[in-house]
Amino acid sequence: MATTKEISIGDAGARASDAEGELSGETMMLNVGPSHPTTHGVLRLKMELDGDVVKKCEPVIGYLHRGTEKIAENMTYNQFVPYTDRLDYIAPLANNVAYALTVEKLANLEVPERCQAIRMLCCELARISSHLLGVGVYGMDAGAWTVFMYTFTEREKLYTLFEELTGARFTTSYTRIGGVARDIPDGWLGRVLEFCKGVLPVLDQVDKLLTRNRIFMDRTVGVGVISKEDALSYGLTGPNMRACGIDLDLRKDKPYLGYENYDFDVPIGTNGDCYDRYLMRAEEIRQSVGIIRQCIDKFPEGSYYAEDAKKIFAPQKSKVLTSMEELIQNFMITTEGPQIPAGEVYFEAENPKGALGFFITSKGGGVPYRLKVRGPSFCNLSILDKLIPGHYLTDITVILGSLDFVMGECDR
Amino acid sequence: MQNTTIAYDSKVEGEVIVTQADAVINWIRKHSVWPMPMGLACCAIELMASGGARFDISRFGMEVMRFSPRQADCMIVAGTVTYKMAEVVRRIYDQMAEPKWVVAMGACASTGGMYRSYATLQGVDNIIPVDVYISGCPPRPEALLDAMIKLQDKIGTERSVKNLIPKKADSVELAGAAKES
Amino acid sequence: MTTSDLALLKERFETLTERASSDHTALNCPADQLVELCTALRDDFGYDMLVDVTAVDWDAQSPRFTGIYHFLSTTKHEYLRVAADCADDINPSLPSLSAVFASANWHERETYDLMGIRYEGHPDLTRILMWDAYPYHPLRKDFPLAGIEVPLPAADVAETTGASVLPAPMMGGPFVSSADGPMSQTEPRAKDQSWNEKKVKPCGE
Repeated sequence: MATTKEISIGDAGARASDAEGELSGETMMLNVGPSHPTTHGVLRLKMELDGDVVKKCEPVIGYLHRGTEKIAENMTYNQFVPYTDRLDYIAPLANNVAYALTVEKLANLEVPERCQAIRMLCCELARISSHLLGVGVYGMDAGAWTVFMYTFTEREKLYTLFEELTGARFTTSYTRIGGVARDIPDGWLGRVLEFCKGVLPVLDQVDKLLTRNRIFMDRTVGVGVISKEDALSYGLTGPNMRACGIDLDLRKDKPYLGYENYDFDVPIGTNGDCYDRYLMRAEEIRQSVGIIRQCIDKFPEGSYYAEDAKKIFAPQKSKVLTSMEELIQNFMITTEGPQIPAGEVYFEAENPKGALGFFITSKGGGVPYRLKVRGPSFCNLSILDKLIPGHYLTDITVILGSLDFVMGECDR
Repeated sequence: MQNTTIAYDSKVEGEVIVTQADAVINWIRKHSVWPMPMGLACCAIELMASGGARFDISRFGMEVMRFSPRQADCMIVAGTVTYKMAEVVRRIYDQMAEPKWVVAMGACASTGGMYRSYATLQGVDNIIPVDVYISGCPPRPEALLDAMIKLQDKIGTERSVKNLIPKKADSVELAGAAKES
Repeated sequence: MTTSDLALLKERFETLTERASSDHTALNCPADQLVELCTALRDDFGYDMLVDVTAVDWDAQSPRFTGIYHFLSTTKHEYLRVAADCADDINPSLPSLSAVFASANWHERETYDLMGIRYEGHPDLTRILMWDAYPYHPLRKDFPLAGIEVPLPAADVAETTGASVLPAPMMGGPFVSSADGPMSQTEPRAKDQSWNEKKVKPCGE
C-alpha cells in the first residue's frame, strides 16, 4: 500500500522574499560602448547593474573630439563651413545655415529674401532628413527593421535633392557668409514638392507600424520620463524638451529666416517619456512638409547673396575674370577672409536635434578669435546619469534612441 | 574563380574539377565577407546607406553587419579616429579572428582628413594594418562598394593555404621532444 | 533684457557693468558674485536655462581668461550674456554653477578640460573630452593646433603598435592672414611661424 506523506510547500511569495536576501549580492559593472550598435556613435556608458536594473550610469564622451573649435581659430569664416557640416552630420544643411546666420549677425548683414527662402527650405529638408533617420533608427532599436528600411529609402530621395542643389549627398557646405554657394537649379522646387507628396504616405505607414503598436508602446510609454524642471535645468532643447511640455521653439519664439511668415504648429508633449519624443519627431516631419509647401508657394525672386556686402561675399566669377575691382575683391576675400567687424555674438538656431548655438568672439579681420559651438546633443546627453538609473538594461536602447543625439556635435 | 585554376579531367568520372586549394578558399572567403562596421562619424551614415535598398551591399554577400568582432571578417573603419578612440579600435581589431582585413573608409580614417589637430589620429594605419583605403569625405556608397570589390580581388590573390599548414620547424621540434620522453 | 529689469538687476548688484555686445544684453560680473547673480537670474528674473558656458583666452592681456555664460528665458524669449574674469592668470578659477543649473556640470568640465579653468565647488571636475591623463589644455592660445607629443592613453596598445600621440603634420600651415598691418604682412602665412616639422616650439602648462 502506498504511503502518503504530507509536505507543506508554503507561500511562494514568502519563499521568494527569503531568497531575495541571497540573490541580491554584489552589483555588476557593465561597460556599453564606445563601439556598440545601440549607442548611435561613440558613446560609452559605464554602468553598475543590480541584476537587470541599472543602479548607476556614467556616460563617457570625447571619443569623437576632433578639435573643431581650435581649428576655427585658424580658418577664415568661409573655410570653416565644411567643419560645421560635420557637427550634426545627419542634417548638415541646418548647421551651415546656423553658422552663416551667426557670422552675419556679427557683421550686421541682412541677406535678400530669396536667399532666406532657400536657406529656410534647406533647414526644413534637413529637419525631415534628420527626423526620418531618428524615427527609423529608433524603430530599428526597438526591433522594427522595416521602419528603418522605409525611412532610409525616403532619405535617399532627399539625398538626390541635396546632390542636385549642392553637389554632395550630405556634408553639403552650401552656405557662405552673405549668401549661399549657388542658386537653386531649374525644376528643383517641383522635385521638392514631389518628394513632399511621397513622404507623407510613408510616414503614414510608419505610423501604422509603430504608433499604436502594442509592443512598441509597452517598450516606450512611461520609460525615460524627464520632468519639466529637469529639462530646463539640464539645458535640454528641441523635441526632447518639447516632449516634457515646455513650449519653446526658436522658430516661433525668436524667429529667423522669415519663419514668422509661415503658418505651422509646434507639437508639445505631455509626459516626457520615450513615446512622446517619438511622437514629436513624427509630427514635426508633417509640419515641415507644410512649411515647405507654403514656402515654395510664395518663393521670392531676387538674388541668392547679399550684393552690397563687398568685403564679405565673393563676386560672380564672370565679373571676377573681366573687371579689376571684382578681381581685387575676390582676391582679398579668398586670402584674408570675409572682413567681419569686432564683437561678440551668440546665436542659436532650431536644429532638428535641439538648439545649435555658435558663440563667436571676433577681433576684426577674416579669422574668428574664439568660436564656441554649443551642441544640443552635449546637453541632451548630460541628463543620462540622472535618467538611466532605475531602468532595466533593455530600456537603455530605447532611451538612447529616443534622445536622438549625434556624437559629432556632442564632442565636436 | 579564376579559370586558370580549374582543370577538368575527362578521365575522372562524375562532376569533378581539379583546382588549387587557394582558389577555393579565397573564393569562399571573398564572397562572404562579413563587415564589422566601426562606424565612428559621418562615414557611418554612408555605410548605413550602402546597406540600404538603393546601393545594396547585400548583392556582394556583405549585408551581415556583425557588430561583434569575433564574428566578423572585415573591419570598415568609417569616420575620424581620435587618440582617445584609438585604443578601442586596436583592441577590437585584436579580437577579430584570422583571416581579417581592414578597410579605411573616408579621408579621416585614411590620413586624418581635414582634422589636422591635436586630438585626431592621422590615419588609422598608425595602429592597425589597412588593406584598402577609400578617399572621399564622405565617400559615396558606390565608392565603398568599389573598395569592397577591390578587397575581394585582393583576397583572391592571397596565399591562404600557408596559414593552414603548420610550419615544418615545429613538427621537427615536437618529434625531438617525443623522442626524448 | 528690458531696461527696467536691467535697472533692477544693477540696483541689486552694484558691481555689474555693461559689456559691449553685438546682439544681446551682456554684463560683466566679478567672479565672487557669480553664483548669487545666477541664482537671482533664475529665480527672480526668469532666466531659467543656462544654455552655454565657455571661456575666452585673451593671451597677452590681463586678466587672461574670461568665463562667458549665456542664459535663456523660456518665458520672455530673451538671451543674456554674463562675463566673469578670472582673477588669477596662471591658475584661473571661477565658482561653479552646478548647484544652480544642472547643465553647468558638463559645460564646466569641458571648459576645465580645454581651457584649464578650475571651478570651485564642482562635484566632479575631471576631463570630459580628452582622456584623463592628458597633460595640456588644448584650447589655450599658447598650445599649438597640431598638438604636442604625449604617450597614447592605453599603454598596452602603445606597446604593440608603437604609436603615440604625435603632432599632426602641419606643413607650415594653416595659412591664415593676420588682421592688420600693411598688405605684405597680412598675406596668408603660417600663423605659428615658430613651429614646423623641423623646429619644435616648447610649450607647457
